[in-house]
Amino acid sequence: MNGIEVKAEEGWTVLDTAKFYGLEIPTLCHHEGLTPYGACRLCLVEIGEGEKAKLVSSCTYPAEQGLVIHTDTKRVIQARRMMIELMLSVAPYSKVIQDLASKFGVTRMRFKIRNEECILCGLCVRMCEEQMDGKAIGFQNRGYKRKISTPFDIRSEECRLCGGCIYICPACQLRCQGPQAETAICNACLTMDPTCLDYYDELQCWMYDAGRCGTCVRERK
Amino acid sequence: MKRMKKIKTIAELKQIIEEQTLSRKNETAKVITVSSGTCGQARGSLKVIEALKKAIKAEGLEEKVKLRITGCHGFCEAEPNVIIYPDRIFYQKLTPADARAIIKETIQGGKIIEKLLYKDPQTGQKAVKEDEIPFYKKQKRIVLGDNVFVDPTSLLEYFSVGGFRSLIKAMVELTPDEIIQTVKESGLRGRGGAGFPTGVKWEATRRSHGDIKYVICNGDEGDPGAYMDRSVLEGNPFRVIEGMMIGGLAIGARESYIYVRDEYPLAVRHVTLAIDQLHKAGLLGKNILQTGIDFDIHIAKGAGAFVCGEETALIASIEGRVGEPRQRPPFPSIKGLWKKPTCINNVETWANIPLIIKNGADWFARTGTNGSKGTKIFSLVGKINNTGLVEVPMGITLKEIIYDIGGGIPEDKEFKAVQTGGPSGGCLPASLLDLPIDYESLTGAGSIMGSGGMIVMDEKTCMVDVAMYFLNFLRDESCGKCISCREGTQRMWEIVKDISEGKGKKGDLELLEELALATKEASMCGLGQTAANPVLSTLKYFRDEFEAHIFEKRCPAGVCKSLIRYVVIAEKCTGCQSCKKACPNQAIQGTLKDIHLIDQSKCIKCGACLEACQFEAIEAQREVAILVE
Repeated sequence: MNGIEVKAEEGWTVLDTAKFYGLEIPTLCHHEGLTPYGACRLCLVEIGEGEKAKLVSSCTYPAEQGLVIHTDTKRVIQARRMMIELMLSVAPYSKVIQDLASKFGVTRMRFKIRNEECILCGLCVRMCEEQMDGKAIGFQNRGYKRKISTPFDIRSEECRLCGGCIYICPACQLRCQGPQAETAICNACLTMDPTCLDYYDELQCWMYDAGRCGTCVRERK
Repeated sequence: MKRMKKIKTIAELKQIIEEQTLSRKNETAKVITVSSGTCGQARGSLKVIEALKKAIKAEGLEEKVKLRITGCHGFCEAEPNVIIYPDRIFYQKLTPADARAIIKETIQGGKIIEKLLYKDPQTGQKAVKEDEIPFYKKQKRIVLGDNVFVDPTSLLEYFSVGGFRSLIKAMVELTPDEIIQTVKESGLRGRGGAGFPTGVKWEATRRSHGDIKYVICNGDEGDPGAYMDRSVLEGNPFRVIEGMMIGGLAIGARESYIYVRDEYPLAVRHVTLAIDQLHKAGLLGKNILQTGIDFDIHIAKGAGAFVCGEETALIASIEGRVGEPRQRPPFPSIKGLWKKPTCINNVETWANIPLIIKNGADWFARTGTNGSKGTKIFSLVGKINNTGLVEVPMGITLKEIIYDIGGGIPEDKEFKAVQTGGPSGGCLPASLLDLPIDYESLTGAGSIMGSGGMIVMDEKTCMVDVAMYFLNFLRDESCGKCISCREGTQRMWEIVKDISEGKGKKGDLELLEELALATKEASMCGLGQTAANPVLSTLKYFRDEFEAHIFEKRCPAGVCKSLIRYVVIAEKCTGCQSCKKACPNQAIQGTLKDIHLIDQSKCIKCGACLEACQFEAIEAQREVAILVE
């Protein structure tokens, strides 16, 4: 993996192996407590060499003897950027996705915004089924008509109102509270200039949760 | 049809095959073979059959004239057609009214009815016998050929063309490893589109651990315009089943599935009948012919999803789950149906197997090119004179298929492109007409072999429209799991749709290419990975057409409705009011003898006015530049 010889245990995926060795691969639809799904395509890595090299989602690809993996080639980064751009076009108000855009240098959003507040990552479905044993929601239809809902769109008798789906949703958790962006891409966190350091000796938010208060982004321009 | 009795031993089977082949050879009655697959029926073959039956009865010829109703003969343009044996007279485009004449003049009177003969649209020459017809001349119909000889609902008729002799050979003379070795040496590659070496797949499945293994026949055939598998399943289901049984022997599978798409009711019916007869004959079930071998076949029907042609989605569908592909590895040959080793092959692949076993690997490998052996069935459709199914040796050029077999473009229009491989394939321009057809050469040119769809396009086809059509299909059929495919196809479609409506702008083509690449790279299954092909290939060879739509707001082929303006040519208009009467939207104003005017805001661009005008006074203008009104 990235030129380093790594060992994986039987049953590990490429993502499991990378995490074990501290290699960072971005994910969205992956969660430790849920079965891997492979919908968001952010965890893509390049496997193989030469002409036969291809991109696969590391969260679903099983670790195999002799597998050659590269986590951040040009192909990977370009594909990842497009995935983020596509996700932004359907869930522009999600801070998680806006942060990913800042982190990976996605500065343009060239598609018509169609705000569905959902990227169909399936985390809610798997949370409900696997962790909460509710099985109240699922995918409907296929292709561009795909959506997540209760069977026949009627009020569910299985749903126990546990809130697990809301908790785990990357599109609706962490609504950005920073500046109201004029364009589809905010990127304000990209040009973050923490103002808290003027008053404190250390960062007050450690940047990962940055922008929650929006202070540093709002005041400095 | 004789009632099928149980066959108890291999010796009995050998004997019954012998009897049937002999009785066919010694057939003294005249046989009228009617092509009656789904396409034939759609063109009225059932009524022709009824009329023929009536006429035969009216002349009291039931003992002397036999009517054999078969599956598709392949020459769809000529249907409803018959072939009269033993003289092999081919009559085409029949109506029920022709039945009496056929019986009286040809059968009884021994005379040829000229007007029912095939006439070459280019040379005007008529053909009497089936093999005189140019459409059939360059074909090598090792798979489809038997369609003409057998009633697909009769096991006995399948015996009469030597059917199941290959199975006997596989049971008695060859070990499973020898069967696999034969298939490997033949060079047969999967006919479903990916072209994976069949023998290698069989070997991998055989080597997998486990007592329970499965064999699956992929009859989903989702590509629009492709109907090769349908014709094989409808016209010769026993051949496919024999192939599967040989596969089961080689791999060690006792159970199998034929997955047929629900949109093929006749194929489902014929396969069901075939399996039923085989059960009754003791050729399916437990301890077949007292060899200790078990084998059975179940039918699984699709429910309208193109993505279920993908092997892992198909397996999910059979298991009762949603038809969504999954990550491979593990491949189906290791973990497939119900997590057991499964060998899944296309209908045409299975149909080739009995021939390979019967005639040997060398025989098969003699046809085709170095990398692609054997024949391939293509559905030649679109702007072509001889629409139909063509089975040709690999390595034949596109030009030969389109002109020698296909008879060229109707109305003498100019050839523009040929689309191969369905929604996963691409469009090839006239400059590539000399391309020999095999897996590698098509992929190298930016298309793929696919399942065999071949759509011919002429100068009146708009390539932007074609790209939009396929993208629309793909965005609808994508399973929706991967955002790269689901949103990728949707956004590509949006961009191309805007271009076709004159809303394209600078940077659109670059964005389209970037998006196409991302869809191709990031998607998990074949649908997403090849979804970009229609766009990329049309951009590669016909970029100028896209640019005309974007920068000149012009559709060179005159197809994209938003870019056409219908105008009255003042100098030629006589004020006859024909166009005004033809217009369905009252968009034309004008009184008698006055020059008429088309109201652009009401015009729905149907072209009825242009059709109605006798003075060529209406023009469909393709705007050359952005008009300043």
